[in-house]
Amino acid sequence: MLLRYLLLLICCWAFTACVEQAPLSYNAHIRPIFNAKCVGCHGGVKQAGGFGLVFREDALVETSSGKRAIVPGKPGQSELLRRIQHEDPELRMPLDGAPLSQEETALISRWISEGAQWEEHWAYLPIDRPEVPANTDATTNNPVDVFIRARLQKDSLAPAAAPEKHELLRRLSLDLTGLPPRPEMMRRFLEDSDEKAYEKLVDELLASPDFGEHWASMWLDLARYADSRGYERDQSRSIWQYRDWVIRAFNDNLSYAEFARHQLAGDLLPSPTQDQRLATAFHRNTLSNDEGGTDNEEYRVVTVIDRVNTTWEAFLGTTMACVQCHGHPYDPLRQEAFYQSYAVFNNTADHDHVTEAPYLITFHQQEEKKARKLEDWVREHTDNGARTQVQGWADMIRVREPRVRPYQFTEVVNGVFTDRGDEDWMFLTNGASLRLPPQNLTAVAALHLNYRLNQETRVEVRLGSLDGPKVGEALLDERGGYNYHRIRLQPSTGKQALYLRFYGKPEGRLLGLYGVLYQEALPGATAPGYAEIEAFIDELLTAKDSVRTPVMAELAPVSRRTTTVFQRGNWLVPGDTVTAGVAAIFSPLEETADPRQNRLAFANWMVAPDNPLFARVAVNRFWAQIFGRGIVQTTEDFGSQGAPPTHPELLDWLATTFRDEFAWQPKVLIRLLVTSKTYRQSADLTPELLAQDPHNVLLARAPRKRLAAEQVRDQVLAVSGLRSDKMYGPGVMPPQPDGLWDGVPYSGMRWETSTGEDRYRRAVYTYLRRSVPHPSLTTFDGSNRQACLSRRVETNTPLQALMTLNDPAVLECAVYLAKDLTATYEATDARIAGLLQRTMFRRPTATERERLTALYNEALADYQNDLSAAEALTGAASPELAALTLVVNAAFNLDAFLTT
Amino acid sequence: MSNLLQEAENRQAALNTRRLFLRQCALGMGGLALGGLTGCGPDVPAGMPAGVAEAFRFAPRARRVIYLHMAGAPSQLEMFDHKPELAKLHDKDCPPSLLAGKRFAFIQGTPKMLGPQANFAQHGQSGAWVSDLLPHFSQMVDEVAFLKAVHTEEFNHAPAQLLMQTGSPRVGRPAMGSWVTYGLGSGNENLPGFIVLASGGQEPSAGKSLWGSGFLPSIHQGVQCRSAGDPILYLNDPDGVSRDLRGRSIAAINAINQKQYEQVGDPETLTRIKQYEMAFKMQVSVPEVMDISQEPAYIHDMYGTEPGKSSFANDCLLARRLAESGVRFIQLYNWGWDDHGTNKGTSLQHGLRDRCKRIDRPMTALLRDLKQRGMLEDTLVVWGGEFGRTPMRENRGGVTMPFFGRDHHGEAFTMWMAGGGVRPGITYGETDAIGYSGVRDRAHVHDVQATMLHLLGFDHERFTYAFQGRDYRLTDVEGRVIRKLVG
Repeated sequence: MLLRYLLLLICCWAFTACVEQAPLSYNAHIRPIFNAKCVGCHGGVKQAGGFGLVFREDALVETSSGKRAIVPGKPGQSELLRRIQHEDPELRMPLDGAPLSQEETALISRWISEGAQWEEHWAYLPIDRPEVPANTDATTNNPVDVFIRARLQKDSLAPAAAPEKHELLRRLSLDLTGLPPRPEMMRRFLEDSDEKAYEKLVDELLASPDFGEHWASMWLDLARYADSRGYERDQSRSIWQYRDWVIRAFNDNLSYAEFARHQLAGDLLPSPTQDQRLATAFHRNTLSNDEGGTDNEEYRVVTVIDRVNTTWEAFLGTTMACVQCHGHPYDPLRQEAFYQSYAVFNNTADHDHVTEAPYLITFHQQEEKKARKLEDWVREHTDNGARTQVQGWADMIRVREPRVRPYQFTEVVNGVFTDRGDEDWMFLTNGASLRLPPQNLTAVAALHLNYRLNQETRVEVRLGSLDGPKVGEALLDERGGYNYHRIRLQPSTGKQALYLRFYGKPEGRLLGLYGVLYQEALPGATAPGYAEIEAFIDELLTAKDSVRTPVMAELAPVSRRTTTVFQRGNWLVPGDTVTAGVAAIFSPLEETADPRQNRLAFANWMVAPDNPLFARVAVNRFWAQIFGRGIVQTTEDFGSQGAPPTHPELLDWLATTFRDEFAWQPKVLIRLLVTSKTYRQSADLTPELLAQDPHNVLLARAPRKRLAAEQVRDQVLAVSGLRSDKMYGPGVMPPQPDGLWDGVPYSGMRWETSTGEDRYRRAVYTYLRRSVPHPSLTTFDGSNRQACLSRRVETNTPLQALMTLNDPAVLECAVYLAKDLTATYEATDARIAGLLQRTMFRRPTATERERLTALYNEALADYQNDLSAAEALTGAASPELAALTLVVNAAFNLDAFLTT
Repeated sequence: MSNLLQEAENRQAALNTRRLFLRQCALGMGGLALGGLTGCGPDVPAGMPAGVAEAFRFAPRARRVIYLHMAGAPSQLEMFDHKPELAKLHDKDCPPSLLAGKRFAFIQGTPKMLGPQANFAQHGQSGAWVSDLLPHFSQMVDEVAFLKAVHTEEFNHAPAQLLMQTGSPRVGRPAMGSWVTYGLGSGNENLPGFIVLASGGQEPSAGKSLWGSGFLPSIHQGVQCRSAGDPILYLNDPDGVSRDLRGRSIAAINAINQKQYEQVGDPETLTRIKQYEMAFKMQVSVPEVMDISQEPAYIHDMYGTEPGKSSFANDCLLARRLAESGVRFIQLYNWGWDDHGTNKGTSLQHGLRDRCKRIDRPMTALLRDLKQRGMLEDTLVVWGGEFGRTPMRENRGGVTMPFFGRDHHGEAFTMWMAGGGVRPGITYGETDAIGYSGVRDRAHVHDVQATMLHLLGFDHERFTYAFQGRDYRLTDVEGRVIRKLVG
């Protein structure tokens, strides 16, 4: 033991004596050892022996044994060093693990003697804009190439040759729009000898509406967008307007920072537009549980937790899920950090209710005109402070918030609040009464009750107490569905409670009360036209058949929830109270006078230039889409357990460029990437290259990517000519096998196969039911959108083969294309050549010609002997068409066709 | 005094020996099949992922699993948990102590106690209690180990089913079957390793999330074999495409892809060629294994099967056929066990009896059939719901229900296991006099999962998969192996 220690000292001495060294880097030398060997027991989860290695302050304390694990500058007094070298396996660390190597021990010793300085993990450090390395390559001046090639040179690798032009355009078009190029565009490109020919096409593709439809899919995976609610019944959810918003945002080249801000807090922006409110549906894509007997509050909590996790993963590449129950095992995030974010999202009005309220109403044209007139009226007839008042009216008319909910009612008599499963009402019987929370009534002119009526009911409103003066009354008699009824109030002043009392038949329930809206007096009572505008209020609140999209809406001050830590992540065991904030490693949130603005403060903090994660995570996502893998391979995790960046300077250069020079415009960033020579390489592999860089980390060739699930469908639609280019609207239902939805309990929903052009729309519009997504999506590794997904895991399975061979939808495209080829070309040779031209934009190879011709001839012979088989396949008793269909179907299954 | 010191020294020495021994075993595992030779662990099957091999530490007793999940949660109080005391309390008000601080799905106010709606008797050498709702199964109790005090935190179907099958009440985690096929691979390359069969007219509440592969590669997701339409989606060739033509077209595709591989050099192309070959073989092997009409009459008699129909009986027979063919994890769901008493079909007096009748004979036949084929030894059969039911009568909305029914209850319910290294003829765990809570040998859902993985050869704490910055496992951060269950 002693001998070993002496040896070590000599080593260290020799180490320091020989070279005048720069101090060790914690990140480069020490953190990897700690993460691999120590933090399992001495980290953020467990602090065995009373110390942990994630935070310096936890590591320097006196441990439970009374000794200090690390004494900066004094390796000899550091218990850690003694224990990792201990002879006794009972005492040697890591317990039950292989001992640290001599090198590792020496490094730790030297690092302690140098003062045991911690270093923040690279991703939390501010982004310094790196210099582009000196360019030694005359063929490119794209900084992406300069960074990539500098690294290639280190490994003595040369970039690959340029690909064939048709190959390049096919790849570019699939990468930018998700679709193969149109034949006409290909022809133009092949004939264009202008040196800017490629750049021109890049711009053309970026400007195509197809662009947004493709890039939306990446975002919809992160946003866990679906057309249903999840869990047992998995009923329909009308939130497709959000999907359309994402498509438009990409097509409009919306700044990525605004894209993020609108989704998190668009409703809190000053006078939000309809689109800004719509964007907040991002966080209404959470699952909701309508199963009978489920606790609505429990699933609201689940929803908020998901919002925290999704926000941090999608925008900040940080895995917060671990911090829900305990401190992060590896990264400097204590448990409170999770609940500080939880507090940001804990005060919206949604509550796992079957109506999915609150929702944004998109009025029909006539009603929209009235809504605008009403808003204009308020603007015209209020003095200063009009903005908040206009917004208040807009909130009430368009989102029907804020409302008082049954859990806030007190002194309830003859009422039962049922908040389980698909019920969330205060059920009232004859003589029922309740008290609303006190509210300043000075400006209040009316209450709007929201309810489902069982029988005719009379309501009285009394002031101050049940026996107080009657200030309003109404007869409710509109049965069926959810209704709003306005009860005009006599003027009152100051903060007072209103009491409601209900009368009807003595038997049975009168109604289920869902909530109460307070309505201020419409200003301008004496101006001409007042009565007409005032009547709009009722009309707009009871407007039916408008599109409703669940959105975020902040609770009123009187309704706000307190946030606590959940001990061990259990929502039934509250711990300390916390308020909105972020972990200490980041700059703090801006103080808000009104806590209702916390979400906006968080969004602003997130996109601020000094946030070290936001820009890095963003450019890495775009990079990964184009190059098949991120500079940080773990696009979801930039923490110390994620993959380190393969090209750290390039990542930071891109991040700062995107932020400072490109003003966060996605199209500008994507353009930079696809115009690089790195992108414009051949994807061919040599055995040497495969051995040296199997995962193409260094990009000495273009990546070869299997098409995404959406592209697999879109491509056969496009090359066959069947594709509809109709955009937007509710999800559509292309053919799928019968009976897939039959098993979903208590649902009754049906897959009604779309007709007309809706049958041939792009996959992004296919109705996505979480419990049973369309098989073409899941078979090719698409997300079922149950949770935020950063990376699809690519697989290669026989089920994929069965799908592209046998799916009737694919077959339909094959028949359609075969008919077209038959009509266009006379000879079999020409038809097969035409097929390769349509699918791969090139002449067939010798093997293709030979094998496909042979297949054609064999099939032709078969079908000539069995006309009914030919008819069964194509609907026509033509052996030629059937044989060609089989050949087209084979072409749809070629490896080259399914990859770029 | 000197004796004490001596003893302390001896203990220390023993401990050190154990530690060193364990360490050597651990090192042995790093080599190939040393574990088996040194007696500290099993032979590691070829092709097992490196990280998985590290978790494969015990000689596997079970090579495959057949899991019979009764979706909706059957009432243990009418089937297995014999509570004569509860009969005496029938129709009495539930004492407040059983209600305070508890959350129920539907019970409101003060419900009545509800006596058992079946007659119980002891059976077999083991003297296990089983009710008269399961006359066939009663004859097999000596092959079975009962867990009488299983518990869960979840009291709604979808989350509780997810917890049972994926280890987490939220969607998105891999199913147990996915974990097992990820770890052990498939026993037949022409069939999926994880097959799901659902009967009872509906799929379980949590739907396909119950057999999703979560973050594991999607090749490990459960493949649902359907009784109507293609048994596996898109398995059948399109109308007008003969087997022969399909073979030729795949040959052409693969020949072109082979050439493509030679030119481009992407190994994924080779994988694709192999997948097309496998797809072609699956088109034959799946319909073959799914065709129960080939079975002899005495087998149909034993199971009560009717070829061509969708039934739990057919699924039981299919399970045996799939097990014989090497499928690793066969998951059966039978829907409809949610006996609240809201109508006749969901009542303890009627619906439950009918459903018991439908499962009794086939599940008994399955055990008997596996046994007579020598397969019960290494096939783990598990039976259970996602939670149990209350000793109180349900009073939804505070009113008396038209029929007898019970609400959801997670504190204590019964499961059983058989074969695959499970100690037969025992009862593990006991509930209180009315079957409300476990009072001895309680077993959490994660304990059941840990035990199942143990029987398959895995240390559930080491069987992990890194995803989003964290090592995930089936048993989350809980679970202990129930030693008494291991034979």
